[in-house]
Formats: sequence, structure tokens, C-alpha cells
Amino acid sequence: MTAEFTVEVFQNEYLPQGARDVDAIVTVSATGGVAHTDSAPAAEVIIVDTSGSMRYPPTKLAAAKQATLAAIDTLRDGVSFAVVSGTDVATMVYPARTGLAVADADTRAGAKRAVQRLEADGGTAMGRWLTLADRLFTGHEDGLRHVILLTDGQNQHETSARLARTVESVSGKFTCDCRGVGTDWQVEELRTIAEALLGTVDIVADPQDLAADFRAMTAAAMGKTVADVALRLWTPEGARVRFLKQAAPSLLDLTDRRVDSGARTGDYPTGAWGTESRDYHLCVRVNAAGVGDRMLAGRISLVAPGGEVLGQGKVLAVWTDDTALSTRINAEVAHYTGQAELAEAIQEGLEARKAGDVETATAKLGRAVALATAGGNTDTAKLLAKVVDVVDPVHGTVKLRAAVADADEMTLDTRSTVTRRVGKG
Amino acid sequence: MTQCPECAAPVAPDDRFCEACGRNLLVRRTPVGGPDGSVAAQCACGSRDIDAEGFCEQCGRSQPIGRERMEFVLPTVAGVSDIGRRRQRNEDSMAFGCVHTRGVVAVVCDGVASSERAEQASQASVDAATDVLLEALLEGTDPERATLTAVSYANEAAAVLARPEAPDVAPSCTFVSAIVTEDGATVGWVGDSRAYWLADQGNATPSRRLTKDDTWAAQLVADGVLTEAEALTDRRAHILSRWLGADAGPVSPHVITLRPEESGLLLLCSDGLWNYLPEVEDLTAVLPRGVPPLEVARSLTATALAAGGHDNITAVVLQLGGGHDR
Repeated sequence: MTAEFTVEVFQNEYLPQGARDVDAIVTVSATGGVAHTDSAPAAEVIIVDTSGSMRYPPTKLAAAKQATLAAIDTLRDGVSFAVVSGTDVATMVYPARTGLAVADADTRAGAKRAVQRLEADGGTAMGRWLTLADRLFTGHEDGLRHVILLTDGQNQHETSARLARTVESVSGKFTCDCRGVGTDWQVEELRTIAEALLGTVDIVADPQDLAADFRAMTAAAMGKTVADVALRLWTPEGARVRFLKQAAPSLLDLTDRRVDSGARTGDYPTGAWGTESRDYHLCVRVNAAGVGDRMLAGRISLVAPGGEVLGQGKVLAVWTDDTALSTRINAEVAHYTGQAELAEAIQEGLEARKAGDVETATAKLGRAVALATAGGNTDTAKLLAKVVDVVDPVHGTVKLRAAVADADEMTLDTRSTVTRRVGKG
Repeated sequence: MTQCPECAAPVAPDDRFCEACGRNLLVRRTPVGGPDGSVAAQCACGSRDIDAEGFCEQCGRSQPIGRERMEFVLPTVAGVSDIGRRRQRNEDSMAFGCVHTRGVVAVVCDGVASSERAEQASQASVDAATDVLLEALLEGTDPERATLTAVSYANEAAAVLARPEAPDVAPSCTFVSAIVTEDGATVGWVGDSRAYWLADQGNATPSRRLTKDDTWAAQLVADGVLTEAEALTDRRAHILSRWLGADAGPVSPHVITLRPEESGLLLLCSDGLWNYLPEVEDLTAVLPRGVPPLEVARSLTATALAAGGHDNITAVVLQLGGGHDR
């Protein structure tokens, strides 16, 4: 195994008599064996939206091509890859046959020539794009599998139910980072895909910025050294997992992604890991024990596909009648509770704003401003200030702005789930 | 004994030393450093699946490990030392031993919570004192003199743990010991760990507490400043007036000798037990009869745990005159 995992648990394990909910922040840090990075088998599929709307403005398709070329250049030798063009159907761009090419100077040049010839015409059916990507990964199940999905529009040529079914069927088979270019795509749609496929979602409002973004995404994918890591959670008899969320670098609720792996254990997917650190917020409801009792409320293991345990941490519960202990607030738990509330306030506030509910929108976005200020989310605070006029950032007194650019609203929405790590800039 | 407890080589009943490893077969004692606290084999929930750190794989409940729960048994003497339900560490220690045909000795020390490394102080003290007392049994030294020597060695063992730069928190502990021979039982103490004589029913030597606490409250009661009832609720009730450790100076114990006419139990315990069962009547009311010393010690410890377990609990029970395991 090329990566080493460390697991740290931050919590106040002291509970008052009768309390049942145990909260903890679990920080998982992977330090990859850098020397081995080149040998990790990897497969990359780049899906470029070539629906008719990509023609307007003409810079959009040109920028998408430039971005794809940049991504191809970033693929290291030996990586299996393909480029797919997406409309109401999915079409191979490179290689011509349905399959993956192995990256070298020749294939990269061939792929780039094929990308240059792309033209925009047709509809949008993302489910079909993902289905083709899934087929392309056949035979590559043992390595890293990553997709970049670029779109500029809504999924108009298949039903949302069909898209949802497809996303569910490919979930766990590869990770997918989604990018929306322009402002005609739907944040919720791409967010759903990205969350299900354990990837990121972001807006690229200006097509000019696409190439840098694609290069960064591909480099990040190439930096992963271990694929398909599961977070295995043991909880005691009678316990219920209230939630398990990735809390940083972005919010991702994993609660419903549990697959039971034993009588007391369930596995949650975390995708592929490079040299990186992620925080998880776990809340377990256990059977209360007596004052003085100590309980293992959860044991968290990072597990490789073969079952090898890569790292482990413990979440404890100790019941006490010492209120000085039980009322102590854990800084990490408090921080991420605030971050989750911030994301929720932004999403609900924007939704209310769209629906014309000024009162709710003002209250929610005001709360978001206060949380962003308290949590040190300076980037989020800046995005919020483009949607509301901030009167008092500490108390969250705001007024809705009459005119807001679509790009600003979508950027705020898209990045609402990006969290700030506790104690870090 | 048909085999050496050290190396398991076969030995004859009247061998004094093991032919294989040279161990003295007449003397048996608790291991230096404390009995090896092993994880309970079964959790209260019924599961036998306990992980290496003592957590039940079924219900998650922590099982005591290491010093958190120590038990040890020798002929006619057994002890239990338990962390209780509120403390982070078990700072009580116990040691005991026996010399074939000569007698039994036992020591309980309770580390002072406000001092540092109190569990080391109590463990070093019980081990040092037990060595002295076992030696005295072998040599036939006068038990009262042996008790004085044992306390001075125990005091020294605690004192050497102190850091010169931190005299205020010098590791310290209480002390209570017993030497039991054919002639009777000699008890010595410093601080508020106690000894009780618990006569078998119908005994001519009635049950009683043998020790008087070295606490400010007890002293004030003795001086007539406080009544017994006032002292019990006074916040100074547990402030020690005497202890062992670097800041204690030379200490000589109170010593008394009891010559019971019939059989009974001698109980040495820390305040984690007697807080819940202060009077001898309280103890005799819950005392299981007709069971070996280990079961008595377990049962008393369980009573203190059930009552709240606010402090570490240690109970060492010695069988005097007949009874079990003799």
C-alpha cells in the first residue's frame, strides 16, 4: 500500500447523565508514498458538453476545447484515458472505438487533434454520458477511475428520474468532478451528480478560466494514490448513526451511503485519496449508561478495497455528573456544526429569494452572513456581499440586493458547501 | 504445592526451595508493581468479545484493564482494587504475601489525589512494606517492631519519587498493614485507610474498627471541637493530618495488636470502600458469610461501586482462625 492514513478524533467525550448523542470530528490524513504515484494504475474520462448551446457565445466551445487540451497534457504517461462528447447521446471523441487509450506522446497528440474537430449541435442527456463513462472503465476496476464532466446547460433530453437512476447505478464505480460553464446550468442538478460520485462541483463563469481549472482537476486526480477507500464505522449494540458527513474540505452527507459490512459495522464510500486531509462529522446516538461508565461509541477505520485497515480512531462516551466536564464545548464540533448551518442557510436563503419570499431570504442570508463572519469564511462572506447589502456582519443584519448577477448567485450557491477548516486560514 | 509457581518444575511438599530455579517455596506474594490487571473475560452485557483496549465489541462498554481492576488470591488472603466510577486513575495499591506455616501479611496504601504520581507512591510503598513484613515473618521479628520498620521503608519508597523542584505535590499516600500469625494480628496505619475486625457470628471477640483516622476532622472530634456527626459533613473530613511521602518527614505508625479468640476476617481498605460502609455495623450488614476472602472482597467492592464509586476502592480480606482455604 502506497498511502499511510492517520486518524485523529476531536470530541468532548463527557456526557451528562442520560445524554445519548455523541458528536465527534474525525480528521483523516493520508500521506501518499510519492515515489509510487507514477505506478498507480489510473483511468481518466473527460466528458465535454457539445450541445447546441455551447455555440453561444462562440468562446464557450473554444474554451472548452482549450480546457480539454490542457487536461490531456496533464495526463501522465501510462494513464488510460478517453474523451467523450456529450449531447442527447454520448459519442467517443478519442479513441474512436469504445475503449480507453494509453497516454503517450502519440495518443495525446491524436486526442488533441480529435478535440479540435469538435462541433456543437444537439441536446443534453448527462445520464447517457455517465453510462458511457461507466462502460469505458470496464476492466479498469482495480485502479483510480475519474471523470471530468463539463456542461453549460440543463439535462433536458432525459427525465430527471432517469438521470437519478443512472447516477445511482454508477455510484461507487468512479469519482466525478462536475463543472458548469456560463449560467444556464442548474446548480442542484450538478451538485447531486457530484455528491453521488464523490466529486466536486464548481462554476466556471468565465470560459477563459476553464483551462486552468481542468489542468488543476486532472493534476489532483493524477495525485491520488489509493482508490475506493471506505470509512468503516463500528457502533455498539442499540446505537444509531444520526449522521456521518464529510465536513471538510466540503460538506458531503454520507449518512445514507452506508452499506452494512458486519453485525455492528457499516461502510461509507470516500473515493480516492492522494496526499490530503479530510474532516468528518459523526453523530452517534447510543444507549445511555450510568454516571462513571465509559463506552466506545464508535470505532472508525479506513479500509482499502482488499479489506486492509489503513488507519483507525475511537469515539468515546463517558457519563459524568461533573457539569464542568459535560458542558465543555469542543471547538471542532462547534465549528463544523456552524459550517453545516452556513451551507443550509445559504441554500435555503437563495431558494426563498428565487421564490420571492423576501422575509425568509433576508433572515436566512442574514444568518449566513453572521455564521460566515463568526466562522472566518472570508470567501463565502465576499460572495454573500454580492447578493445582499451587509449592514451588520456580526449580527447578520442584511438587505436583499435588487439586482444580482446570475453568476454571483450561482457561485454563492455552488460554493456554499465549501467549508473552512477549523483553526486554519 | 506440587510445582514451582515460578518455573513450574515439580517440587516436593517439604522442599523449601525449588531445585530448578532456586525460588523460595515458603514465601508467596503479590507481584512487585501490582497484580496484573487482566481484562474481564465477560462483559456485563454477556459478550465475551472484548478488544485489546478493554472495550466490549457488542455494547461498547469499557472493561477495566491494568490498574483499573486488580485482583489477587493467596491462601487465606485475597484483595480487590478497583478504579471506581468517577476517578481517572486507580491510585490505590495493595500487596500481600504469606510464609508457609508462619503467617500472612497485607498492606493497603491510598495515593493522595492532590499529589503527583500518587499511584506510583502507593505501589512503591505497599511493595516496600510487604518485603519488610515477609522478612519479619521468616526471621520471627516482633510484629510491632516489624510494622515500624515497614512504615519507614514505605515512607522512603514514596519519598524518593519526589521531584526536588515540586515539593508541594510530592507523591504521597496513606498506609495500613497487617501481620497475622498464630498469636494474633498486628495492625499499623498512617492516614485514613482503615482496618476492621469482622468476627464470625457468635464470636467472643466482637467486630470493631481497629484504626482511628489521621484526619483533621477525626482530630477535632478527639479534641471535642466537633461532634462525630458534624465531622462527617465537614468539608475537612478527609483532609489528612498524617501521610507517607517526601513532605511527611519521619513517620511512625499507630500500631495495635488484636488477639481474637475465635475465627473471623480482618479487612484492610481504602476510604473508597469505607465511605459507603463507615461503621462496623454497616460492613457486617452487607458482609457475605461462608465464602472465601476473594468473594468477600469482590462483594464489598461491588457494594461501593453500586453506591456511586466516587473514589478508588480497595479491599484486602484476611481469614483468621480456620475458615476457608486454610
